[in-house]
Amino acid sequence: MRWLRRNLVVIAGLGTLAYMILPNLVVTVFSFNNPTGRFNYAWQEFSLDAWKDPCGVADMCGSLALSLQLALWATIGATVLGTAIAFALVRYRFRARGAVNSLIFLPMAMPEIVMAASLLALFLNMGIQLGFWTILIAHVMFCLSFVVAAVKARVLSMDPRLEEAARDLYAGPVQTFVRVTLPIAAPGIAAGALLSFALSFDDFIITNFNSGNTVTFPMFVWGSAQRGTPVQINVIGTAMFVIAVLVVLAGQMVGNRRKNAQPK
Amino acid sequence: MTATAAPPQAVAPAEPPVHKASLRKRLVPYWLLLPGILWLLVFFVLPMLYQASTSVQTGSLEEGFKVTWHFQTYWDALTEYYPQFLRSLLYAATATVLCLLLGYPLAYLIAFKAGRWRNLLLVLVIAPFFTSFLIRTLAWKTILADGGPVVDVLNTLHVLDVTSWLGMTEGERVLATPLAVVCGLTYNFLPFMILPLYTSLERIDTRLHEAAGDLYARPSTTFRKVTFPLSMPGVVSGTLLTFIPASGDYVNAELLGSTDTRMIGNVIQSQYLRILDYPTAAALSFILMAIVLIMVTVYIRRAGTEDLV
Repeated sequence: MRWLRRNLVVIAGLGTLAYMILPNLVVTVFSFNNPTGRFNYAWQEFSLDAWKDPCGVADMCGSLALSLQLALWATIGATVLGTAIAFALVRYRFRARGAVNSLIFLPMAMPEIVMAASLLALFLNMGIQLGFWTILIAHVMFCLSFVVAAVKARVLSMDPRLEEAARDLYAGPVQTFVRVTLPIAAPGIAAGALLSFALSFDDFIITNFNSGNTVTFPMFVWGSAQRGTPVQINVIGTAMFVIAVLVVLAGQMVGNRRKNAQPK
Repeated sequence: MTATAAPPQAVAPAEPPVHKASLRKRLVPYWLLLPGILWLLVFFVLPMLYQASTSVQTGSLEEGFKVTWHFQTYWDALTEYYPQFLRSLLYAATATVLCLLLGYPLAYLIAFKAGRWRNLLLVLVIAPFFTSFLIRTLAWKTILADGGPVVDVLNTLHVLDVTSWLGMTEGERVLATPLAVVCGLTYNFLPFMILPLYTSLERIDTRLHEAAGDLYARPSTTFRKVTFPLSMPGVVSGTLLTFIPASGDYVNAELLGSTDTRMIGNVIQSQYLRILDYPTAAALSFILMAIVLIMVTVYIRRAGTEDLV
C-alpha cells in the first residue's frame, strides 16, 4: 500500500503514456489485418498483403507524394520568412513592435477553422482557383508563427557578447552572421522547420477548406473514413512512425557522441 | 514607416557616408519583417476582413451575394446554433481538464523521476505525432468498438452506468456518444498539454523540494505550495494550447460522434462546404473567434501570466 502511494505519480504517468501510445499500436497491428468488408475496424486474420503492395490503393501514394511536396515547400517558405521576423524582433528596436508581436501571436490563438474559413472567403471573393497553391499559401501562413516562436526563443537565450567578440576580432557583419549568429541560432531554426513540416504534413482543417479537388494525404484518409478504409493507410501510418522514431533516436545518438567527443 | 525619418537626412549633406550607412542600418529590421508580415497581412488579416464583409451579405449562390449590412445573420446564427456552441465549449473544457489531470503526472514523471529514461519518454510523448492524427483517431473506432474489450471492461466495472447517468453515454456503447468525442479530443491534444507542463516543471530547482521537506512540508504540501504554483506558466499555456484548437475541432465529432454530438466546427464546415450558405458560416466563425478570444483574454488576466508570447 505504501509502495502504491509512493509510486502513484509513476503509475499515473505511465497510464497516460499507455493512453497516448495505444492508438499507434492498434494502427500497427491492423496494418497486418485482412478485413472482410470495406472498413478496417475489426480484426479478421493475419496477412502481409498490404505491406507487399503499399501503393495498391488508387490515388493514395499520389496524395502522399503531394503532401510531402507541400510540407517541404511550406517548411522552406515559413522558415525563411519566420527566421527573418524573429531576428528583427530580437535584434532591432523599431516602431510597431507591439503590433508585429500581436500579429504573430494571433494565428496561434485562434481556432484553425476560423482561419480556414476566412481564407476560403478571400479565395472565393477574389475568384482564385483552389488547389496546390492555395494550400501552400495557407500552410506557410499558419506555420510562420511557430517558426518565429521557436527561433525567437533560441536567439533570446543567445549571449550577445559572442557577436561582439566576433566584431572585435574584425569579422564583418556578414561574416559575423554566417560564422557566429547562424550556427548558434541553428537549433531554433531546425526546431521551427521540423515543427512546420509536421504541422503542414498533418494539417487537415485548413486544407479541407482550401484544397478544392486537390487531395493531400490527410484528405485521402478523411475521404476513406467515409468510403472505406484500405489497410494500406495503416501501413503508411506504421512506416512513418517507425522511420520518424529511428530518425529521432539516430539524431540523439549523434548528439550524444558529439557531446562525448568534446574535450573535457 | 521610415518615410518621416528619411527627408532630413537627404537634405543634410554634411557627412553623407555616415548618414547613408545609418539609414541603411535603420531600414534592416523593416526589410527583415517585410516579406513575412506582408504574407500575414494578405493571407491572415485581409481574409478576416473578407469574412467580415461576407457575414453581412445577403443573396444566393445563383444571384450572387451583396453587402447589405444584414447583421440579423449573427442573431439568427446564434439562436439557431447555440446548442452546438455550448456543446463545443463544454466538450473542449472537459477535454482540457482531462488533459491537465492526465498530462500532469506524466510531465512530472518525465521532469523529476525519469532519470536516464527521460529522453526515451519524451520521444514517446511526441512519437504519436509521427502518424497522421486522422489515422490515429480512426484507431479509436476500433478501440471503442461496440462489444470490444474496452467497452466490456467498462460495462463490467459499471463505469458506463455512471457515464450514462451523466448523459455522456447511452446504453452499452461508447462509440457515437459524447464520451467518445471527449475521449478523442483529450487524446489528440494531450501532447500540447504535456510539453509546456514539462518545460515549466523541468525549470524548477529541485533544491526547492528539499528545502520544503527540510521545513517539514509533507509531499502533498510541497506539491501544493511549491511545485504547482511554479508550474503555472506551463498550466496556462498548456490549457490554452488544448482548449483553443479543441473548441473549433470537428474531426473528432465527425469520426467518433453522431449527429447528437455535432460541434460548432461541424456546423461551420458544412455551411461553408456543403450548404454553401456563406454569410451564416462567416457569422458563425466570427462568433466562435470572439468567444474564444474573450475567454482566453479573461483567463490570461486571471491566471496572471501576461508574458506568454
